[in-house]
Amino acid sequence: MINFYNVTKLYPNGVKALNDISLAINRGEFVFLVGPSGAGKTSLIKIIFREELPTRGQALFNGKNIARLKGREVPYLRRKIGMVFQDFRLLPQKNVFENVAFAMEVTGASTKQIKTRVPLVLERVGLLEKARVFPSELSGGEQQRVCIARAIVNNPAVLIADEPTGNLDPDTAWGLMELLEEINKSGTTVIMATHAKEIVDAMKRRVVAMSGGRITRDEEGGVYSNEL
Amino acid sequence: MSFNTLAYYWREALQSIARNSWLSAASVGTVAVSLLIVGIFALLVVNTNEFTRGLESGLELRVILREGQSRDSIRNLQGEIQKLPGISLVEFVSKEQALEEMKKSLKNRRDILEGLENDNPLPDAFRVKSARADQIPDLAARLEGMEGVDQVVYGHGLVEKLVSATRWARLAGTGILAVLCLAAVFLISTTIRMSVFARRKEIGIMVLLGATNWFVRFPYLLEGMILGFLGAVLAGSAVYAGYISLVSYIDQTLPFVHPVTDRQTIFMVLGGVLATGLFIGAVGSIFSIRRFLKT
Repeated sequence: MINFYNVTKLYPNGVKALNDISLAINRGEFVFLVGPSGAGKTSLIKIIFREELPTRGQALFNGKNIARLKGREVPYLRRKIGMVFQDFRLLPQKNVFENVAFAMEVTGASTKQIKTRVPLVLERVGLLEKARVFPSELSGGEQQRVCIARAIVNNPAVLIADEPTGNLDPDTAWGLMELLEEINKSGTTVIMATHAKEIVDAMKRRVVAMSGGRITRDEEGGVYSNEL
Repeated sequence: MSFNTLAYYWREALQSIARNSWLSAASVGTVAVSLLIVGIFALLVVNTNEFTRGLESGLELRVILREGQSRDSIRNLQGEIQKLPGISLVEFVSKEQALEEMKKSLKNRRDILEGLENDNPLPDAFRVKSARADQIPDLAARLEGMEGVDQVVYGHGLVEKLVSATRWARLAGTGILAVLCLAAVFLISTTIRMSVFARRKEIGIMVLLGATNWFVRFPYLLEGMILGFLGAVLAGSAVYAGYISLVSYIDQTLPFVHPVTDRQTIFMVLGGVLATGLFIGAVGSIFSIRRFLKT
């Protein structure tokens, strides 16, 4: 469902973040994007999400050229993609329920739809009893769960997580991985950029390793790094 | 658009006004002050327009005829004058009528005209009115060149001064109105910019969640329009109350000055103030939000 053909991304400051990348991610896959900082993982995600446009090459989402989308079509692309961030990006003045409901509100959902859907999703991430709590009163792991709930509340085709465990302790990170795995099992494609070697090695999923803007390795059931 | 979305727009706009209550009050105040001046100016312009129109229509030329002309040639001349462009009135004033008018205007000193009936020194004349004041000098020159005309008399110099004065007054009035409106737009856009800036993270998240540009924009547009409208209501009521009391004061102290009092004109000015307030709010917020939405 996501296809990159010879995609190159050149930033105005001369940095070549992606260098002739070709990649295909199919529906229902669970893909780890690994590699050192500056390898191009975030640029790749930004192109899928159309925060950046490729300088050369084509990036397709469901067969549609992402770069050719008109400005007013972009929001509808983004509604098909759930985003999870390392820094959570929750709204501090809204409580857990409102933060998740917000993602539905921006799509123009009715109050009734929100009231039935949000509790279901909160239950799934195990935060139903904390629905009225504000993000500042939650632990990092709980905040990340809210972020995941917000990302999946609109039933996206893809869930993209950019270093979701970066700010979490190992135990919490494992709980989160179980949640992502569950979400993947229910049919959602999951793409996760990460530095967490132990997690990647233990999960035995497809690993796309990047370095210097190129894909250096792409294997099913792979590990974080071959050399040791 | 679902009802919930509409409710969301209003909730967000009102919440943001309440959250930045001091800033909102300040921008309502600045809009009110600007529109107050705009309103006063508009009424001033309306009144001077009315006043100069009154002056212009009061301006007349007196075409003095040569002595001893036949009734026929006078009638011919009247026909010819009537054919000139821009003439709104031609009236023959015989020497007898002229004497009567003079007696009337002198009232209690009419005795000095006693005995003139038999040897009337006043000439026959036409009273001519022009549709537009600025055409009077040209018209006078043409009339002077006509057969049987002795002399054309009008407020020499006064007419020219009046014409240029009213033209400048209108021009300056319009210019100042435009500048004031621009200032109000600037002020409200600053307020909205601060409210947008305070929530730039939220806007960023909305865009990431797939909100359309209009969805992001609308609460701010609404906020700006509410602020502009509130300011306009304040300014409008102040202008209305002030003008009504001014008019009644003028009626008592300066009975020969007639300010514009017909409701239609006043409500048009007030409606204009409200519309300007809404417009200023909308334009101001569009300016501020534009920078934060690029896709």
